[in-house]
Order: sequence, then C-alpha cells, then structure tokens
Amino acid sequence: MTVRLVTEKPPHFLEFKRVGKRYGDSVVLENINTQVKKGEFITMVGASGCGKSTFLKMLSGQEQATRGVCLMEGQPISEEPDVNRGIVFQKYSVFPHLNVLENVILGLELESTSLTGRLFGKLFGAARKAALEEAATLLEKVGLDHAMHKYPHELSGGMQQRLAIAQALIKKPKVLLLDEPFGALDPGIRADMHQLILELWEETGTTIFMVTHDITEGFYLGTRLWVFDKVRNDPTHPHAWGATITYDLPIGVTSKNLHDDIRHDVNLTSRHQDEQLVS
Amino acid sequence: MRKLVNLQPTKLQTLILGALPFIAVILIYLVASDLRLQENPKDKLLPAFSTMGETLLRLTTEESRRTGDIIFWGDTFASLERMAMGVGISALIALLFGLAQGSFPLVRAKLSPFTTAIAMVPPMAMLPVLFIVFGLGELSKVVLIIIGITPFLIRDLQQRVQELPEEQWIKAQTLGANSWQLMTRMVLPQMMPRLIDAVRLSMGAAWLFLIAAEAIAANEGLGYRIFLVRRYMAMDTILPYVAWITVLAICADQLLRQINRRVFPWYQK
Ligand SMILES: Nc1ncnc2c1ncn2[C@@H]1O[C@H](COP(=O)(O)OP(=O)(O)O)[C@@H](O)[C@H]1O
Ligand SMILES: [Mg+2]
Repeated sequence: MTVRLVTEKPPHFLEFKRVGKRYGDSVVLENINTQVKKGEFITMVGASGCGKSTFLKMLSGQEQATRGVCLMEGQPISEEPDVNRGIVFQKYSVFPHLNVLENVILGLELESTSLTGRLFGKLFGAARKAALEEAATLLEKVGLDHAMHKYPHELSGGMQQRLAIAQALIKKPKVLLLDEPFGALDPGIRADMHQLILELWEETGTTIFMVTHDITEGFYLGTRLWVFDKVRNDPTHPHAWGATITYDLPIGVTSKNLHDDIRHDVNLTSRHQDEQLVS
Repeated sequence: MRKLVNLQPTKLQTLILGALPFIAVILIYLVASDLRLQENPKDKLLPAFSTMGETLLRLTTEESRRTGDIIFWGDTFASLERMAMGVGISALIALLFGLAQGSFPLVRAKLSPFTTAIAMVPPMAMLPVLFIVFGLGELSKVVLIIIGITPFLIRDLQQRVQELPEEQWIKAQTLGANSWQLMTRMVLPQMMPRLIDAVRLSMGAAWLFLIAAEAIAANEGLGYRIFLVRRYMAMDTILPYVAWITVLAICADQLLRQINRRVFPWYQK
C-alpha cells in the first residue's frame, strides 16, 4: 500500500509567464516573468511609451499578450474587460451624462439580473434603495457626499478622480488598475488622493496596480515597485526589442542611491527615444 | 492702438452692430420700392410694405377654394407636418443605424461603405423616381426629405459614437455592462443631444427638399404657394412667405437648441 502525498501548491493570485506584446513589427514588452500576491500594491514607473499602459491593458483584457500567459488564480485571464478588474484612467473615466450618484450606482444597476436590469440597467423599489445607500456610503468615504447631484463637468479634476475610484470600487474588483490617475492633478490635491487611495486599499484589501510618472509617489504608495525599461537597444531598429521589468523592489529596502539610479535609467531611455524621434 | 483681431465689442455695440445690416436692408428696400412705384404704380417687383401687409391679411383670413382652409395657415401646417414627419423619421432611422454602425465594428464593416455610397446619390435626381413609385401624394415629399438628410445624420452619428473615448467603453465593461447595456446606458443617452445638433445642421437641407417637392407637386404648402403665384409675379405674396419660412426655420432651430440645453444640462459645447 502506498501513501501519496498531495502537495500541490495553491496557484499564485496573479502569474505572468514569459509574457510579451508586439504590435505588428514593433515589440513593446518582452519576457515578463513575475507573480503577484493578493493585496499587493504595485506601482509601476518607466519612460513614457515603454509599455506600462500596454501591460495594464493586458491585465484588463483590453489587449491580449502575443507571447506567454497571464494567469489569475491559475486561470488564463479573461480576454474582455469584466467586473473582476476595476479601472481608473487619467481622464474620461466617468460618464459625463450621469451625475455623481448615478455614476457610482451604475455598477450596481448593470449587475442586476432582472429582465429590466439586463435590458435597461435600471433598479427599482427595494433594490434601488439598497443600492442608493451603498453608493451614498462610498461617496461619503471619498468625500463626495456633498456633490451627489452634480455632473462631472461641474467637478474639479481631483473630485472627478475620486468619483472614478468610488465608481470602480463599488464593484469590489479583485484587481484595481490605475493608469496615472493623479497625473493631471495639483500637488496638494495629489497628497489628499494618496491618503484616500491608501485608506481604501487597506479597507478593501484589493490588489492595486498603479502607473505613475513620479518615482517618489511610487515609493510612497506601493508595497512593491516595478521599473519598466529596455534591457537591449538597437539604434537602427528601435522597435526590435521591448521593455521588461528591470527592477522589482519590495518597498522598504530602498536607498537614495537606488532612487537616483532608477531615475537616471528612465531619463536615459526617455532621451534616447526623443533623439530617435528627431533623427 | 490694439490690433483689429483683439478688439472686442461691448454688449451695446454687439446689439447695434448686429441690428445694422437688418436696418440697412430694410431702408434700401424702402427707397428702391418707393422709386420704382413712383415711376410705375403698377410695378410688381418691389411691392410697398402696405401692399404686402394687405395681401398677408387676405391670405390669413381668406379660405382656399380648393381645401377650405385659411390659405396661409393651411400652407403653414401642411409644410410643417411634412417637415416634422420627414425629419422625425430620418432621426429615428439615423439613431438606429448610426448607433449600430458606430458601436459594432461588424455592422460598420458591413454597412458603412453602403451609407457612404448612398449619401452620394443626389436626392433631387431621385425626386422623379419617388413621384413614380410613391405617387404625387404626401409620401413622396416626406420620403424626399428622408433620403435627403438621413445619410448625413447616420454618418454624423456614427462619427460621434466613434468619438466616445475608448476609456468609457472599457470602464462600462468593468462595471459589468453587456453589449445591450452599453447601448442603452452609455451610448444612446450620450447620443441624443448630438443627434439633435445634427438635426439642427440638416434643417436647411430639409427645407430645401421640402420646398422643391412642394413646388413640383402639391395642393398646399408654403413652397407650393410661392411657386403658384410666381406666374403672376405676385411678389407681395412671395416675399412675406419667404420671410415667414425664415422665421419658422429660426424658431425650429431655437426650439431644438433650447431642448438640448434644458433636457441635457451635462451636454456643454
Ligand atoms: N494599438 C497600438 N498599435 C500600435 N502600437 C501601439 C498601440 N498601443 C500602443 N502602442 C505603442 O506601444 C508603445 C507603448 O505604449 P504605452 O503602453 O501606452 O506606453 P506607456 O504607458 O508606458 O507610456 C508605444 O510606443 C505605443 O506607440
Ligand atoms: Mg501610458
């Protein structure tokens, strides 16, 4: 008689195996190998145009990897955007024709399984009342309870982003993707937004991926920082090689020198790209 | 002295400058009309305002022998009815096809070249065909308006749908929207004010087609009347009618504009 020990490890929450992405002949990303645990807050920096948004798009299902696989809980990631992955973009994240409350409630209306819900995305009666309460609570949390009946165009940039975050979080997504969400905001407002996102992250325990231009912001917010950069560069064929994750840093073990190194690398790539554009 | 491009009129100046061309045209008309009438009191080309007033009074009180309606109001309602039907049906068709072509790449691939080709067919050249197919009744006139403006409306609306930021489509899907809900909750409500804008733009063409169709075959209608009395050189009827059509066109345009502002407060141009 033999005893078999089943020692199968549970799959990683997210796993990327030799992931690459190319558009036609131009390679944007290559050879991304990494795993992510539930609840991590990953910040991503890199020269503009090096593929950070493309990486988020593969995570959201907006684009598909042309090489390798992206797994979520052991399964290939869905090829269409869905409720598991919430998103906040730098702009256009909220619906201009809905007021603040309607924007947040939309996510609850769309999931309702009644016929009217599926057809028209509307809630009635008790369900609507419950949804209104849930939305109001969330809006209070992001500090928009006084602006519930305003339209997005009446809000400041910071308030619009708060709204976009609340709108995404009401679906309780497993992953929250933020593509330079605070890039267009004033510095003071940005500090408030940092506070807010950290609070919400701690409270919901959702896994966050956030692209930022600001390395300091990346170090301040994240539990882990990724630097996207090209390891190889062919001056005559600038698109022959893609970027990959060149630094994967658990935050807390960082030194001033490292900040400067990363900044130096990223700036170098940026300038390099500019020169290629001009030549 | 500031450059001409940097000079801004005050409120009062805007008002005066805006009114000036109107006053000038009226004055020139008065003088020219008076000069001609002095020379020949029977002159028909530039009737005096008093003559036009009398004619208008007659038209707004006298019944038509043919239909029994007051001529002026009968003409007005006949034209407005055709206009409303033509433009309304066009808008509905445009909504259907514009939304589908803008939203679904598959539909776009299939129908877009067709709409583009159809838009190139000169509608006036189709008028005889319409008269042959639909007869000389109301239908032909309404259909002329429809084929005249619908292709433009469809193409405009498709364009507007495609202008919706990619981000919105992704965001709505992450909130759980299916294709149908994307239409009903995201695209359609945002397209309504844009459709009204497109309709406003197409109204000029719609009037053109209406008057042309009425001129050729009708029993009543503003365009019919103008072309009927042309035979007698009845400028005293034609000029008030043209002014009236202009007023109606301006009112329709303003009505649509107000609807857009009231019903869609979020829609800022
Ligand atoms: N749909 C596309 N087709 C072709 N090239 C694309 C497409 N989307 C992005 N790219 C290219 O991929 C590269 C990476 O873009 P992106 O991910 O937006 O960079 P980042 O977000 O890091 O600034 C850019 O060079 C861009 O031109
Ligand atoms: Mg980007």
